[in-house]
Amino acid sequence: MANIEAQGGQPSSVPALLRRNARKFGDAPAYREKEYGIWQSWTWTQTLAEVEALALGLLELGVNEGDFVAVIGRNRPALYWAMMAADMCGAIPVPLYQDANAEEMAYVMNHCGARFAVVGDQEQVDKILEVEEHLPEFERMVYLDPRGLRKYDHDALHEYNDVQDMGRKARDRHIKTIEAIEAKLDYDSTCIMLYTSGTTGKPKGVVLSNRNIIETAKSSSEFDNLRQTDDILAYLPMAWVGDFIFSVGQALWTGFCTNCPESAETLTVDLREIGPTYYFAPPRVFEMQLTNVMIRMEDASRFKKKLFDYFMAHARKVGPAILDGKEVGFADRMKYRLGELFIYGPLKNTLGLSRVRVGYTAGEAIGPEIFDFYRSLGINLKQLYGQTEATVFITAQPDGEVRSDTVGVTCPGVELKIADNGEVFYRSPGVFVEYYKNPESTADTKDAEGWVATGDAGFIEEGTGHLRIIDRAKDVGQMANGSLFAPKYVENKLKFFPNILEAVVFGNGRDECTAFINIDLTAVGSWAERNNIGYASYQELARHPQVMQAIQEHVEAVNASVAEDDMLSGCQVYRFVVLHKELDADDGELTRTRKVRRKIIAEKYDDIIAALYDGSKSVSTETEVTYEDGRKGSIKATLEVRDAKVLPVATKKLAAE
Amino acid sequence: MKDQADSYVTEDGRTIGPVVMEMKNITLRFGGVEAIKDISFDIREGEIRAIIGPNGAGKSSMLNVISGFYVPQEGEVWYKGARRPSMKPFEVAQQGIARTFQNIALFEGMSVLDNVMTGRLTHMKTGIFSQALWKGAAEREEIANREVAERIIDFLEIQAIRKTPVSRLPYGLKKRVELARALAAEPSLLLLDEPMAGMNVEEKEDMSRFILDVNDEFGTTIALIEHDMGVVMDLSDRVVVMDYGKKIGDGTPQEVRNNKEVIDAYLGVAHE
Repeated sequence: MANIEAQGGQPSSVPALLRRNARKFGDAPAYREKEYGIWQSWTWTQTLAEVEALALGLLELGVNEGDFVAVIGRNRPALYWAMMAADMCGAIPVPLYQDANAEEMAYVMNHCGARFAVVGDQEQVDKILEVEEHLPEFERMVYLDPRGLRKYDHDALHEYNDVQDMGRKARDRHIKTIEAIEAKLDYDSTCIMLYTSGTTGKPKGVVLSNRNIIETAKSSSEFDNLRQTDDILAYLPMAWVGDFIFSVGQALWTGFCTNCPESAETLTVDLREIGPTYYFAPPRVFEMQLTNVMIRMEDASRFKKKLFDYFMAHARKVGPAILDGKEVGFADRMKYRLGELFIYGPLKNTLGLSRVRVGYTAGEAIGPEIFDFYRSLGINLKQLYGQTEATVFITAQPDGEVRSDTVGVTCPGVELKIADNGEVFYRSPGVFVEYYKNPESTADTKDAEGWVATGDAGFIEEGTGHLRIIDRAKDVGQMANGSLFAPKYVENKLKFFPNILEAVVFGNGRDECTAFINIDLTAVGSWAERNNIGYASYQELARHPQVMQAIQEHVEAVNASVAEDDMLSGCQVYRFVVLHKELDADDGELTRTRKVRRKIIAEKYDDIIAALYDGSKSVSTETEVTYEDGRKGSIKATLEVRDAKVLPVATKKLAAE
Repeated sequence: MKDQADSYVTEDGRTIGPVVMEMKNITLRFGGVEAIKDISFDIREGEIRAIIGPNGAGKSSMLNVISGFYVPQEGEVWYKGARRPSMKPFEVAQQGIARTFQNIALFEGMSVLDNVMTGRLTHMKTGIFSQALWKGAAEREEIANREVAERIIDFLEIQAIRKTPVSRLPYGLKKRVELARALAAEPSLLLLDEPMAGMNVEEKEDMSRFILDVNDEFGTTIALIEHDMGVVMDLSDRVVVMDYGKKIGDGTPQEVRNNKEVIDAYLGVAHE
């Protein structure tokens, strides 16, 4: 095909890569999905046929070149194919978060003027129908799961299979169009548009070209020696850039197999059955798994628990070194082997991580204990740092140079620079084209030379060249006395305690730092059960004196560790409250990727913040909550304000200044 | 009332067919106690028919008459145009009637999947010996039946507990598994005995959705007994109201709601 020669024999678009794979790895599995209890699989040849049929069908429905096609639903092969089919028609796929509510969806679909949507099920169809009148450009919807949709008006609603059948029938009429469109696609044509989760303000549409996707997929696959025989489990939101890179970009580039779970609830079982060799999970998932393991070990028989503790202690001592290929004594090696036989092997198998060759975590800082736990088991877990605007990869940790406090060295093809205020800038082939319909923001983020501001403050460690991230650049502020305020740094330290799910630290421009804390219901609930503490609700557990005491100890431990850092010793937490409700994306307090929305939280709970600073011992508050189905209610509570011990180091030093 | 042989289309676009089951002047006695007194009503194909009434009104007895478990002393049960003789429960099951129970009657020690598979029993034809050998016909039959079971598991969204023993499940899920087992029989008439009893609001909403989906997707005729008035009014096409073994109302939810006798029974006006 013309566009292959143009890039020196290398396919330069998603459809071209798909055709190459169908030729090269024709009979190898490309996508798998568990349905009706059985793993169904599609080879690359079959995948091409499915994608092509859908693309032909979409043309028949009237999709034009340059149209936006929204794709909404849980990870399913058919939806990945929908994105590829959109590319094949010269249209631009726009994956949306499936748990977004109707208004959030309306904003995004209006912003890009999507004419078509391919959705998973009735839930998504309903959401779009609800806001359809506010979407003047919207025309047709294709759905995958017909359940519950029989009675719906099918004028502008089509079943996925029917569209494919339509496409197969109309093949003669449209195949030439597809060939012509594909021949035109090159490195500069748009491959996909993804909306940022919008930590601040409205989501922005990040336009990524074929160059961004393919170059990134290529260099990152080489960086980690990904193989055609690798397996991944696709379970992270399809609207997230990482999922597109793993499940489409890298999958197409290396030809490995993308496996989709049966449902969100069966994830752990599916993970065990597939045993991915390349695995990605946000720190939260690793945390949850570790918490579950620990809870189950608490309930195990004494002998098993002893065995577990004994070998885990050994693993912590030598495991990471063995993984990094460093010198380890013969006796220690043998003991580790024995541990592998009794503990590590079975544990990894239970977690579904037996075959993991390359594992990544990113998005948030991961607790050192959690990170070390997995590495000591022999799981090659690494960190990477990236963002949508960079097509994910900015830095990553190479094998053998893994630490919990850095995010690694620059990925191949990426350049880094640190501005005077500490903000990290990068330039790479993965740098996004533009924010759709938003030239001001594009200009704010990307300069004429192609340098992009990450919005994160950090520094490059001398000697190793590893990047360390401190906090969001705009969140880094100053305390009233001029010392550095980096809330995320403290919050992460707090969150490393299993009892603490979420923390929000305040203090910009003030004399002292204070914090909101969310308890982790799984961990604290299990602790309460073991200690015979009864509770009726989240609220009641959260304000239990013993829970408050435990949290206070955690805060004080964090203060001690913060005090050791020369730059950030001013950020010790003087007072805190344990919140009466979990911070929730449905209430707008977190983004859909579960990042804290500081400003919104500060506004919403201004009464509690006021109480943290005016010396009150308690505060009564009423909070509006939104349930999953969109109904609203309110929670009333009285929260205790607790003082935490702070170490004098900081104050002494400041006084000396 | 519409003519018995007529089909009609409801407001939400479902086709309600002719009468499939008719109860004619049923009276059921336990010794001297008359649990059901001279009750007549019918069930049409494709509809959701509710039987409601206060405690002790005779609802469960009525359902047991429909399912063939009790044989009424007086009256006739007509099913698919023929008078039904007295039958054993398994014969009723073979006629395409499946049910769930008020107090959940699952095999506690078996997995969810195995429980659902027992619902396929009436569809299995191979003998005990060929099943033990599990070759040829028996194997093919099991695979075909497993597929039906898996589709129902998928439909009721219980994939995550497929291999879990029933005894480990919470109450709400057990109810759903029971529904799955009843559905596995691919019944033409499904009887639900208090499907929402003891559930919280969210579980009730889920169960309502599943009942509507079952009716919609498989065209299954459903007769259900329920306590929760709100649920009944939202779900059903027609409602029979019973009180002290007598029928005091019959009609659409709207008609029943405005029925004086029904209001009295539910608001507890003194009986003479």
